Amino acid sequence: MNNLDHLYREIIMEHYKNPRNQGLVEDEKYTANRIKNPSCGDDITIQVWVEDGLVKDIRQVATGCSISVASASVLSEIVKGKTVEDAKKIVEAYINMVTNKPFDESVDLEEAAVFSGVKKFPARIKCASIAWVAFKDSLE
Amino acid sequence: MKKNPWVKDFPQIQDGYRYFDSAATSLKPKVVIDQMNDYNLRLSANIHRGMYAQSQEATEIYEEARRVVADFIHGREDEIVFTRGTTASLNLVARAFGMAILNEGDEILSDEAEHHSSILPWLNVSHQRKANLSYIPLSKEGKLTIESFKESISNRTKIVAIHHVSNVMGYQALLKDMIDIAHEHGAYVVVDGAQAIQHMPVNVKNLDADFYAFSGHKMLGPTGIGVLYGKFDLLDKMNPIEYGGDMALDVMKHQFSWKETPIKFEAGTMPIAEAFGLKAAIEYFQSIGFKHIHTYTETLYNYLMKKLNQIEDVDIYNQSSDTFIFTFNLKNVPSHDAISYFSEKNIALRSGQHCAKLMHDFLGINSSLRGTIYLYNTYEDVDVLVEEIKAAVSYFKALGF
Repeated sequence: MNNLDHLYREIIMEHYKNPRNQGLVEDEKYTANRIKNPSCGDDITIQVWVEDGLVKDIRQVATGCSISVASASVLSEIVKGKTVEDAKKIVEAYINMVTNKPFDESVDLEEAAVFSGVKKFPARIKCASIAWVAFKDSLE
Repeated sequence: MKKNPWVKDFPQIQDGYRYFDSAATSLKPKVVIDQMNDYNLRLSANIHRGMYAQSQEATEIYEEARRVVADFIHGREDEIVFTRGTTASLNLVARAFGMAILNEGDEILSDEAEHHSSILPWLNVSHQRKANLSYIPLSKEGKLTIESFKESISNRTKIVAIHHVSNVMGYQALLKDMIDIAHEHGAYVVVDGAQAIQHMPVNVKNLDADFYAFSGHKMLGPTGIGVLYGKFDLLDKMNPIEYGGDMALDVMKHQFSWKETPIKFEAGTMPIAEAFGLKAAIEYFQSIGFKHIHTYTETLYNYLMKKLNQIEDVDIYNQSSDTFIFTFNLKNVPSHDAISYFSEKNIALRSGQHCAKLMHDFLGINSSLRGTIYLYNTYEDVDVLVEEIKAAVSYFKALGF
């Protein structure tokens, strides 16, 4: 597989075309975090409902390239129902993976592992991490 | 195929590298690099201060660079301020001139086709001075027109902040007419020349521009240096915005005075090697002549556009361009996805909003791909680009975009 084929994996395209947990809700239980990337036009909002140390629900709206839209969708599927502690571990491992840094391989990244191809495209790291950073910020 | 006589002067072009991102920054010919290296290797001395031969020579060449710039745009030497680039030049005008002359209720006139550097300094000043920033409506194609400018300007207009050439579309404004109209209304015109200076002869005297800004790095010169041209009487009335070394004339404990215009605007150690390089870039243009560059690039651009228009599933946002910028998208493919394809093929285009979000809002798109045909581009470059655009369309279609 060449670099491009490694980037555009089937799962990514599937999430890009059918994003999960899409659309925001009006509910005070949720905290929202919006990040825009002015250089490319990505605009991502992540809404999280945390209760009793659990990520009870996550909603997302993403406009931008396929990588940013798909990564928001994959994120929402993976962290939903996890403990905040586990979610933080996954986010940390994921961000390290896409930025080509050593990461804790014992953490199960589930479907997010398909974003490993991003590390060959330094210009796309932001695309792959923008939703994850927004999510991480909303846990703080 | 016409042979390109200039590509050999650009050492960055190697191993099939196809460079189309000249509207962002241009490549640098070897003569520019050599001139900068000469300063660093042989002199490396500060200007205006040292009393030894190396410093004297550095000062002479730095001031000669100012003369070369002045001649190039038909201004006077004392009307040329060296800055960090167009952004710094426009911010200097906004802060030192705009802040001084604008009052509550005054109007600044600009438009949605501006680069952020031509609009944000004024947006900021408008907030601080409680002035109004208004937009000249663009034509359907995204051009500034005389009719709409006439309708927009009034006697409340104090500043007109416009481009000479727009950075997304490459449209040349009818600057001379606009400046005349602005002056009839008593307004000053601040021109962002960053996308014009590398493509056409600029005569600030004939244009009667009040201020004209440009960067070295888009005109085959170095990064880190730019120019602000200003009419002497205006520059002379302006206070500096940076205070420190070299600009001061006399310093006492509770008072100080500053040197003459334009030195009063050049506080601290300036980009000296870069001034040397800028001078070399201008001399390189003069050795070729804009006419030859224009003829070559226009023919090559027409060759590209004919082929580009034959590719299905490509949206082109400017069918013509005065500076041979082509802005487009592959249908249904976000520009950041497309750009990864081209970067894998060693083709440099720009993706995103090109520091012109308002223009993308105007076009109703999120982002775009932008390229430019410039003097070092070859027919082979264009052929490869066209083939790869076709291949990219198929590639992304097969993925399901």
